[in-house]
Amino acid sequence: MSDGLKRSSRETASPILKVDALSLSFGGLRALSGVSFEVREGSITALIGPNGAGKTSMFNAISGFYRPNTGRIIFDGEDISRERPPSRAKRGLARTFQNIALFRGMTVLDNIKLGRHAHLKTNVLDALFYRGRAHREEMELRAEVEERIIDFLEIQHIRHASVGALPYGLQKRVELARALAMRPRILMLDEPVAGMNREETEDMARFILDVKEEWGITILMVEHDMGMVMDISDHVVVLNFGQVIAQGRPAEVQNDPAVISAYLGSGDLAERIRKTEAA
Amino acid sequence: MRIGTLKLSYAADEALFDTKVQWICLALLGLSLILFPFVAGPYWIYMACLVAINVASATGLNILTGYTGLVSLGQAAFMGVGAYTVAVLETRVGTPFIINLLAAGGMTAAVGVVFGIPSLRVKGLYLAIATIAASMILHFVFSHWDLTGGTRGLSMPPASLFGLALDQPHKLYWLIIPVTALMVLGAANLFRTRIGRAFIAIRDRDISAEVLGIPLLQTKLTSFALSSFYAGVAGGMWAYFFRVVTPESFPLINSIFYLAAIIVGGMGTILGGILGATFMTLVPEVLKLVVGWLTPWVPDALSLLAPIRTIVFGALIVGFLIFEPQGLAEIWQRIRRFFHLWPFRT
Repeated sequence: MSDGLKRSSRETASPILKVDALSLSFGGLRALSGVSFEVREGSITALIGPNGAGKTSMFNAISGFYRPNTGRIIFDGEDISRERPPSRAKRGLARTFQNIALFRGMTVLDNIKLGRHAHLKTNVLDALFYRGRAHREEMELRAEVEERIIDFLEIQHIRHASVGALPYGLQKRVELARALAMRPRILMLDEPVAGMNREETEDMARFILDVKEEWGITILMVEHDMGMVMDISDHVVVLNFGQVIAQGRPAEVQNDPAVISAYLGSGDLAERIRKTEAA
Repeated sequence: MRIGTLKLSYAADEALFDTKVQWICLALLGLSLILFPFVAGPYWIYMACLVAINVASATGLNILTGYTGLVSLGQAAFMGVGAYTVAVLETRVGTPFIINLLAAGGMTAAVGVVFGIPSLRVKGLYLAIATIAASMILHFVFSHWDLTGGTRGLSMPPASLFGLALDQPHKLYWLIIPVTALMVLGAANLFRTRIGRAFIAIRDRDISAEVLGIPLLQTKLTSFALSSFYAGVAGGMWAYFFRVVTPESFPLINSIFYLAAIIVGGMGTILGGILGATFMTLVPEVLKLVVGWLTPWVPDALSLLAPIRTIVFGALIVGFLIFEPQGLAEIWQRIRRFFHLWPFRT
């Protein structure tokens, strides 16, 4: 993808998600203090930072597990800071988890179908008789899951397999599939390539780019693989000790002195990138 | 042996019974259920009705405990609510039995939802204790309320169908078996749709269920309502079957019996509820037979029956937990897999 296209999509689109002066503390521990950033529609935004910087706390606040002490989360122009996770899901906020959160007792197909839960209308009575709406909805859902998601993510061969028995990389892919089934407007990926080898990482990066390009879904991700972050993201937000220390285009962030010093404990950023690319 | 499965539509792939062999087995089962009352003696018809009532109730508990992961020790008390509802309606109002059964289900579902409210906050063992509290409260109400006849309970007339009194097991059989079959089929259908999937999602990982837009409280209460509906209808059939309902008819030990039935049968499978309830209901009868054979050699064998029964029950539960935690349903699946590959791989 050309740099020009990247820049144009970043600069013309309006923010779909806006985090405004968000603070979050657990007892005396301040996990986030006054964090503000925007995610532009149609972009890939990466949230990076050293361990314990508050990236996952930020994710949990956006998806509704944590109530922020102050500050607001604005999704598509509306303040969603007080909403419960299920109603945020209905608005089009989907996420995956760092330590895969699939339903291990179910097949791949059922896991993916669960993503559509909030958009289906079958009630208990329909379900008990499996007539009319229940049958129709299930068939439409199956067709959509098969033809749009399973084909796209290349997981046809495991559709009837039980999730618990799958290798790690495939489980991550199934979790992405489940999130896509939600027909999200913004997809939050918590370390999508953690623990993957080079090949699996490249596959996943390709899927993430395709999701953005073909499905038009905005992506917000937390990731430690600097090579991938710098390659595919349009905008990078750097957190350290619960505060935003830099944000901008990947190239700008890489050379930011505050970012370099934040990463100094574990080697400087440029070196880290070189290392991951060499590996 | 199964060489391959060719399916040309999604509907075929999602069907409950997808092979011809399954349909043949199902037809045979249906046929034998229809012929059963004509060939079996009154005692075995009585047993069949009892098994069916227990299957209905165990399937209900399986929805709640096996599929939604909410441990309940209130199933027997919920059956009591259904039984009393039927008894009161039958003696005071005299509505037709089908309406009474539905009312019993509805009433019990409402009671179940009320006692299900703590499930949002407490899980596992703690929820089990909360449901024990529920059964004690219900027991107290049964034995102290005028409407339920106090400790003496209620006796009621038999169900009647077009003026024909269903007062014998071989007549009630035609009521109990179809109702149970419908209930089991309903439960199987449930888990082909979003409702059932949401239950399993909550059991497996409630946090990610919430992120997918599944409201926890509402879904858990739906599960409680459905499970109690099943208990209520089963309790209603129980009332028609025994025609005397007392507070002592539904002791806590019966709740443990249903929990044991789904553990032995297989939690979280429809087949598990059927197999478990059938097995647990028939074990005492088989023991009785065995003890009967032993009488010529062991003179006081009959007096040993009660303690032996308790020991065998306990041993079965422990044995299944250790050696076959997935229950009888898993054994059945293993047998099926064996024959899919037979005779090429054994």
